[in-house]
Amino acid sequence: MKKYISDFIIVSNERLHANYGLLKLKPAEGLLPEILPGQFCQVEIKNSKNTFLRRPISVNYVDYEANQLWLLVRKAGAGTSALIDASEGDKVNLVYPMGNGFSVPVDKSRRLLLIGGGVGVAPLLYFGEVLKNAGVDVNFLLGARSKDDLLELGEFYKRGNVYLSTEDGSEGEKGFVTTHSVLSEKWDSISCCGPMPMMKAVARYAVENGIDCEVSLENVMACGVGACLCCVEDTADHGNVCVCKEGPVFNIKRLKW
Amino acid sequence: MVDLSVNIGSLKLKNPVLTASGTFGYGEEYADFVDLNRLGGFIVKGTTLNHREGNPYPRMVETPSGMLNAVGLQNKGVDYFINEIYPRIKDVDSQVIVNVSGACVEDYVRVCEKLAPLDKIEAVEINISCPNVKQGGMAFGTTCTGAESVTRAIREAYSKTMIVKLSPNVTDITEIARAVEAAGADAVSLTNTFLGMAINVETQRPYLSTVTGGLSGACIRPIAVRMVWQVANAVKIPVVGLGGIMNGRDAVEFMLAGATAVQVGTANFVDPSVTVKIIDYIEDYLVRHGISSAGDLIGAMTV
Repeated sequence: MKKYISDFIIVSNERLHANYGLLKLKPAEGLLPEILPGQFCQVEIKNSKNTFLRRPISVNYVDYEANQLWLLVRKAGAGTSALIDASEGDKVNLVYPMGNGFSVPVDKSRRLLLIGGGVGVAPLLYFGEVLKNAGVDVNFLLGARSKDDLLELGEFYKRGNVYLSTEDGSEGEKGFVTTHSVLSEKWDSISCCGPMPMMKAVARYAVENGIDCEVSLENVMACGVGACLCCVEDTADHGNVCVCKEGPVFNIKRLKW
Repeated sequence: MVDLSVNIGSLKLKNPVLTASGTFGYGEEYADFVDLNRLGGFIVKGTTLNHREGNPYPRMVETPSGMLNAVGLQNKGVDYFINEIYPRIKDVDSQVIVNVSGACVEDYVRVCEKLAPLDKIEAVEINISCPNVKQGGMAFGTTCTGAESVTRAIREAYSKTMIVKLSPNVTDITEIARAVEAAGADAVSLTNTFLGMAINVETQRPYLSTVTGGLSGACIRPIAVRMVWQVANAVKIPVVGLGGIMNGRDAVEFMLAGATAVQVGTANFVDPSVTVKIIDYIEDYLVRHGISSAGDLIGAMTV
């Protein structure tokens, strides 16, 4: 897929809870190209004097009608702080769309569970939309520390069944996504994005129960195009491969977890 | 019209802008952002005799105005380059230089011998300065005898242009430069990354799997400019300057310090189209200053 380096304008920047920003961007010129669910953008950071590299941020949603691309950003450090503090009308430069996305099943009758944790729910919203449009039943299992960390719930409810878990029990079932009752139903495949311990626990569950499973990795990255070889993940079939280029989505069969 | 071309020994470059090894893949990775035919050339990633898996993850951490890396020369070996990559890039209308690394002198020589018959590859860059491998690499680049032995052995086996990439992690880089010049190098390039280290104070663990790594980016530029100036005054062969070049201004700075050509590395990660902007800047700079040829910038600083 062709990649672009383009300026975008921030159409809106909504603070979700204290630590998350939902940025809706439109290209400064032209229309958005095709973007696959699970792909990411390399976002240039301005107004942060010690931030040197771009920040890889998942595509949260693509609204082709409004010509808007959404990024859901968690404040993790100086770079992401500067990003969620940006103002409407500000320009932001993106290199995109990067990497490969989640798999859309050919067989529409397959039972798919999309599991997201924390800000890892971000790519699942757009994936859910694509699946819904493809005629696949969409089921989301979303987990967070507490109620306030569950993001964009209204958007998820529009696209499928939503099951929730929080560590403190303030919303949905108390515990982790891996202890949620819906997981014990019969699933054909799981697509997962979230913190590493969560993804590993989900992967273990999937292996034990013979469920096909893919996860979206967020290894520390520099170039985003497979040139610098910094973000590698050790795979069973090809040794160290770049998460930015061969991922970020991997079938767990390839990983040495 | 200004003349942007420069020569490194017998190697002709249409302009002084090259990309640094390990930051530009095989060129193809950047083809969506850069017309590769516009570059003076690109230097493909460190190539060794055999496949290397490199170091374990994590290999990178951002630092103020720069980054540390500890990739460790991951590559699929010279035969893979010759059979799989070379046919795809051999028709590009700019120079393709292969960066060569090895664990012992024999390895370097054998890789160069395998590359020599490839028509498109008119030059190699000999990496005696990788800080991220246990054997070879920087070990050859930090003593005059080590640097000289590798250079001399390759010179006997390889007749095309040989650029030797120097490590800045030495007491006096001019001594190493003189040693490789005496041993037959056609040019030197400097600097490779600076050995550095960063610790996550919350976990009290190093950020990199190898503890130490190579520092690159804007933060190293003034040190690299100083070293280029020192080396350019110490040797007669051309100097290729690199280290923290982020834009056209920085490239001109290296040329004024004595560089015949420059390499752009880490800046490609920040702006994947930066190389063409640098070429445009140099052209505009020459026009603005009434200078007819890029060659007239080399060492043109007046003190």
